[in-house]
Amino acid sequence: MLEVRGLTTKYGAISALRDVSLSVGAGEVVGLIGPNGAGKTTLLGSITGLLEKSAGTVTFDGNDITNTAPEKILRSGLALVPEHRRIFADMTIEENLRIGGAVRTAAERAETMEEMYELFPVLGDRRSNAAGFLSGGEAQQLAIARALMSRPRLIMMDEPSLGLAPILVDLVFDLIDQLRDQGRTILVVEQNATRMLSAADRAYVLRSGDVVADGTGRELLERSDLFDTFIGG
Amino acid sequence: MVELLQNIIDGLGRGGIYALLALGIAVVFGIMHLLNFAHGELITIPGYLTFWAFNNGFNWWTVVPLIIISAVITSLVIERIAFSRVRGATDFTLLLTSFGIHFIVSALFLVYVSASVQSIPRPSWFADTIAVGQLNLEVFDLLVIGVTIVVLAGTTWLLQRTMFGLALRAAADDFDTARLMGINSDSVIRGAFALSGFLAGVAGIFWLMRAGSVTPSAGLNPMISGVLAALIGGLGSLKGAVLGGLALGMAEVLIRSWLPGGISQLTDGFVFVLIALLFIFRPGGLLSVPSVERV
Repeated sequence: MLEVRGLTTKYGAISALRDVSLSVGAGEVVGLIGPNGAGKTTLLGSITGLLEKSAGTVTFDGNDITNTAPEKILRSGLALVPEHRRIFADMTIEENLRIGGAVRTAAERAETMEEMYELFPVLGDRRSNAAGFLSGGEAQQLAIARALMSRPRLIMMDEPSLGLAPILVDLVFDLIDQLRDQGRTILVVEQNATRMLSAADRAYVLRSGDVVADGTGRELLERSDLFDTFIGG
Repeated sequence: MVELLQNIIDGLGRGGIYALLALGIAVVFGIMHLLNFAHGELITIPGYLTFWAFNNGFNWWTVVPLIIISAVITSLVIERIAFSRVRGATDFTLLLTSFGIHFIVSALFLVYVSASVQSIPRPSWFADTIAVGQLNLEVFDLLVIGVTIVVLAGTTWLLQRTMFGLALRAAADDFDTARLMGINSDSVIRGAFALSGFLAGVAGIFWLMRAGSVTPSAGLNPMISGVLAALIGGLGSLKGAVLGGLALGMAEVLIRSWLPGGISQLTDGFVFVLIALLFIFRPGGLLSVPSVERV
């Protein structure tokens, strides 16, 4: 479904990503793990079109989206839950969801919104409250719901468990399971390697801009040689 | 008491115009961090069109839509030929670009039209007053207040209830994230300039009626008042811009009426002292937008 080939992204003279290739198939949950500064967020930024790429190609459903603008990429069915959630704090929960569904018709938007309130009851209860007052876990749920509002065929999440209390980390991973059961395709960037590998069908290990390992979650969990990478060594 | 009420109406009449100008400046600033010093051109250019129209048999009824439409078009054209080329540049580059546009437009009118004052006839009812009890209210002030209320209500509806308004607010809050939601950056920026132009057009009608003339630098004073009002209210805050406009208009009228006759020309000086004091105590303006720390 998503194919990244030989992607290189530079910040000035420094390569944040070097010749990275990965793929995500329909219905898969794919993890992307690695320590801070490994280039995980850069990779998602490059896929969504927010960052300029120096080399490589990105194709989605067979269409080349390497140089497509972010707003067009979203329209083609690829949504991102950004790092740090990036909720529109001055808007209400409902307004955040409406923006998430901006590319849909009013009827589709209303329908998906009801689905979201079912999936995330805490959001439904406070739909007209300002989103800025949500706790970290609630804001993360809103960020995910907002991305789902566009009815994406592939949803990418950037560090969804970052900064959350352990019980909320459980909630995020439960949610990923739940979305998988709905048949959704998900690419998740995480620092929490063991949790991610348990949740993912397949995973890639990124370190200093290179893919250093890939395989099923189970395989990677047993690779003791990668342990240093997981804990950010 | 009667005098105070009279001054308040007078102040609201002035302030309403400033509020419309400031709101237009704030809308554009919110979305692309451009403090638009070319905002006055949205009055200068329609002003010359008005002058031309009156010489060709138009009257105020036909000139009013002409001013609004030409202000919107001017705003969009300036965005297209100038600001779209410096999108994403530093705030300072944007500021200088807007300065440049202001000087170029003034120079063009100076060279190709005339440096002299071109007069625009005031509407026949301009100086009419209505007696309400002991109050003697100017029709012009009441009209400004009424139109300002209607336009602000319409703008509020647009921003709160429509998808365009939502997109504009989202983009003002976090441009990249708004794009990730599928919001088209070109349309939202053009929409902001169109709205800004519309608001300047409405303000321009009253400004030109009151001035009764247009000059190559006619845009300077409305621009300064609008920018000041936006700063007083707290740059980036739309509510603040409206509040800042009303506060500025009110301050001008009240200070003028309290100053003894001999020094009433010093009104602007006193207003600036007041503004300086405001910024000492509230550097971010009345409704300063807290710069949210993004972790």
